[in-house]
Amino acid sequence: MHSKLSKIYHNLKRAGLTPVQEEKILLEINDDRTHGMPVIGGNIGVVTTDEGDIRLLNLYDYHDLMTLQAMPQPKGSYVSHIRSIDELLEKDRQREKDGFPRKIRVGKMIKPGKAGKGKVVVVPTTVEEKFIHDPNFAEQQEGQGQGGSGDGEEGEVIGEQPVRDPDEAGAGGPGEGEGGQHEMESSAYDLGKILTEQFELPNLQDKGKKRSLTRYTYDMTDRNRGFGQVLDKKATLREVIETNIHLGNIPDVDDIDPSRLIISPKDKIYRILSKEKDFESQAVVFFLRDYSGSMAGKATELVVTQHVLIYSWLLYQYANQVESRFILHDTEAKEVKDFYTYYNSKVAGGTQVFSAYEMVNRIVKEENLAADYNIYVFHGTDGDDWDTEGKKAIPALKEMLGYASRVGVTIAEHAGGSQNNTEVERYLKKSGLLEKFPKLVRMDVINESTDEPRLIEGIKRLIS
Amino acid sequence: MELIDQHTKTIMEGCKLRARDAGLSFQDESLEYIVTNRDLIELSPKVMIPTLYDYWVHDVEVLKEKGKYELYPGNPYETVINTRPAISFYNDNNPDWLNVMIFYHVIGHIDFFQNNLYFRHTWDYDFNGEALSDKRAIARLRAEQGRWVDYVIEFARGIDNLVGYHGLLSKIFSAPDPGISDKVDYYFDVYLQDIAKANISKYIKELERYNAAIKEDPVMGEQRFFSRIEKRHPELGSLFKKHKEAKKQKPQDLLEFIMENSKMLRREENQWMLMVIQVVRKTALFFQPQIRTKIMNEGWASYWHENLYMKDDRIKGHEVDFARVNAGVTTMPRVGLNPYALGMRLFYFIEEMAERGRISWDYQHEADASRRKEYDVRTGQGQDFIFKVRENFSDFTFIHNYVDQDFVTANKLFVAGRRLNEKKMVWEYYVKSRSAEDYREMLMASLYHPPHIEVDLEKTKEKSLYLIHRFEGKPLLAEYIPNTMLGIEYLWGGPVQLETMEVAATPQAPIMPAIPGLPTPQTDAPKLRDLKWQRVLYTMKDRKLSKNIL
Repeated sequence: MHSKLSKIYHNLKRAGLTPVQEEKILLEINDDRTHGMPVIGGNIGVVTTDEGDIRLLNLYDYHDLMTLQAMPQPKGSYVSHIRSIDELLEKDRQREKDGFPRKIRVGKMIKPGKAGKGKVVVVPTTVEEKFIHDPNFAEQQEGQGQGGSGDGEEGEVIGEQPVRDPDEAGAGGPGEGEGGQHEMESSAYDLGKILTEQFELPNLQDKGKKRSLTRYTYDMTDRNRGFGQVLDKKATLREVIETNIHLGNIPDVDDIDPSRLIISPKDKIYRILSKEKDFESQAVVFFLRDYSGSMAGKATELVVTQHVLIYSWLLYQYANQVESRFILHDTEAKEVKDFYTYYNSKVAGGTQVFSAYEMVNRIVKEENLAADYNIYVFHGTDGDDWDTEGKKAIPALKEMLGYASRVGVTIAEHAGGSQNNTEVERYLKKSGLLEKFPKLVRMDVINESTDEPRLIEGIKRLIS
Repeated sequence: MELIDQHTKTIMEGCKLRARDAGLSFQDESLEYIVTNRDLIELSPKVMIPTLYDYWVHDVEVLKEKGKYELYPGNPYETVINTRPAISFYNDNNPDWLNVMIFYHVIGHIDFFQNNLYFRHTWDYDFNGEALSDKRAIARLRAEQGRWVDYVIEFARGIDNLVGYHGLLSKIFSAPDPGISDKVDYYFDVYLQDIAKANISKYIKELERYNAAIKEDPVMGEQRFFSRIEKRHPELGSLFKKHKEAKKQKPQDLLEFIMENSKMLRREENQWMLMVIQVVRKTALFFQPQIRTKIMNEGWASYWHENLYMKDDRIKGHEVDFARVNAGVTTMPRVGLNPYALGMRLFYFIEEMAERGRISWDYQHEADASRRKEYDVRTGQGQDFIFKVRENFSDFTFIHNYVDQDFVTANKLFVAGRRLNEKKMVWEYYVKSRSAEDYREMLMASLYHPPHIEVDLEKTKEKSLYLIHRFEGKPLLAEYIPNTMLGIEYLWGGPVQLETMEVAATPQAPIMPAIPGLPTPQTDAPKLRDLKWQRVLYTMKDRKLSKNIL
């Protein structure tokens, strides 16, 4: 792997690199992380000490039910709250009308801890704001310290905890491991509904290609003479008139006396229940995530959160007729089988954006997806690319635009770097594709301090 | 939720008898319920009080990463609640021997609730019953006023952690003696000590003179006593009047101040809001002692379940099972703080100290190390003493008084520091200090402590409310300030200002606000920075927040 990377590096170097680019690339090459999947079991806030693993708990985290009766903190499932979701959203809309900011947030992943195993569930959430001391402040000042007991000289190290273990409280982040199997699908549709209604994400104007599915609906569309479920009065009357004209029973068409009409049993037209093929549009969405070493931390969280939201929205728009494909890339692209792997795979390695674009093109071609599906591609990256000019990425992107309904690129900029100056952003702008195909390709640049409303705003930009 | 069966109830009653014999005191009745996971889901947002008022936030997953217990002082998953009768909750498949242990633990808690003076204000009524009537009242209001009830609940809850709990307690305990007038109190408690700065002999002389005057003439003695003083110190009368004014004006807490002074709430059509705010305030006050006695309460319950269990004749044969569970509850973790273990050890330690007569002037002033080590006057008062501790102390005073070097050394305690090992990219925990002083400080820092925010009466004018945050070295969580102030503005019916301290922005290392719902970023090792503090004034006016540097 590393020798492959350095080969790419040497090729690049021969082609000429600025010192800044070189530094970035070297940083990623010399990074010895790997794309592992997290060990299920959750190492949430766990400190490995010389006396075994300890879950670090606050003084007030202890409670009798857990300690004495081994009853975990109950977490309401999403389903247990859904009875009131519409009501909640209605309430929240009303809040805005009453002049208070909205309070319901959506898109939060919680991981109800069940014997260390977590699930990813999307739920409506909120916070209750009060005046409190900033809890992060004490931590930054480091003064506080923890309690401890047992042997050891002052200064002796007694335990350690991985740094990328972002939240001792138990909530894990994407791309950093933790968590177990997920329950994504069940609630993503609801999230999509919420996004569409609550955050006024647009409905798709034209869903494009429609395809017959093996689903049928039953409707009263067929007509039948003589018998059936419902008498079709208009059609029957027409038949009756026709018969009577043939019989010469209507001397003056401008003055018909209905009481003289003769009605044959065969004139009665009924509607009967019939089986209809259902035509619906369907979509396939490609999610591309840069999981190179530079994506560590916030950038990955943002990208993945936004992808969850987009995925949910499409799921709702296409009434669940969405197939999704997940592709991770560093210098090479790799398709993964489910959202869970996509969401959780750890960051490492270098960056070559084109690898993912080419892979999408290949999949679409090989599986002939363009014929039957509306194709969406969403790509999340921090904007670094070893292919600094986009020499390979732009042609691949152009090919993609030939079949895709929409390509959305999200760039999560790192703090500290200059703004609007990442490699991906530069070569996308330079290529002129954004102006030339405004309906097909969109770009959204966010920075590390982005919050949820901004992410949703970004989705609007990518899809509207 | 259903009651435990008769068999299990009999075990509970047996436990009560044995606990009483050991000296615990509590009301006869208690209710024990079996709870399912489903029940817990409904109970936990209501802090285990089944009859707490309904509020929509309870139906939503609430994000609590920021200051869990700072925001929610009530422990949401406690086994016992402080009601009359006390109610406790159980898993439905506990074996009998385990139930015995849990029952003793529960009885320990009940005894603590009903005897510790920090719970004094909860003794005279059943919270469960009152909560039920409040819940009904709020439901009725909701039928009349609709969503506005929820807004009022929300805004009142926004400041319910600032309730004047200690003020309430001091009112209960400092009941004025009807035989002594306010003026006498003022003269001896304030004037002589703070204004005249009289020395002890002068003070005692005055006291004697007062007693003599009263003895001579019980009716007119006081007047005669003061008439002599006022001849020499004519300012006394006006000072006393001023003091009385100031005392009357001093509100207990923000919620109460708003209830009494808000123009908005005084309007006829808004009267109902007062009731809602009152319910929120009462509920907050009810939960205050619980979080302020966590270490003591758990320690006390653990002390008793351990003691009583071992003596219980009904559990023969389950000693090993018990030992295993009990070890899980009461071992000190290598890193972290376990309130059960810490509290229990401290109670054992105090008991032994008292037993040997070491909580005394003599011992404290004994300088000779070997004599200190041998010091034992066999008072036989050990257990009596811890009963007094359980009655009169809270976590703060408990730790402050009794966590000393002997205790820290005996239990091999230390402050664990955390530092970044950049090579391995791990946080290393290390033994930072074994000094009692550091350990005590660390404990104090981890105790519940809401910010102290007062109303500035002078700057509060007709329309605008002026709040001052008494700064204690920690800034407020800036993210929560806007919505909290928005709520206060609504209840107050006019602009609200808050004076507080903030770290002046330094160019290096911008701190990124966390995305709601995502874990806080931890990209850098916490570095000790030189902080520059500045005083800032937040103003919430017409639902818009602005900030000025003072």
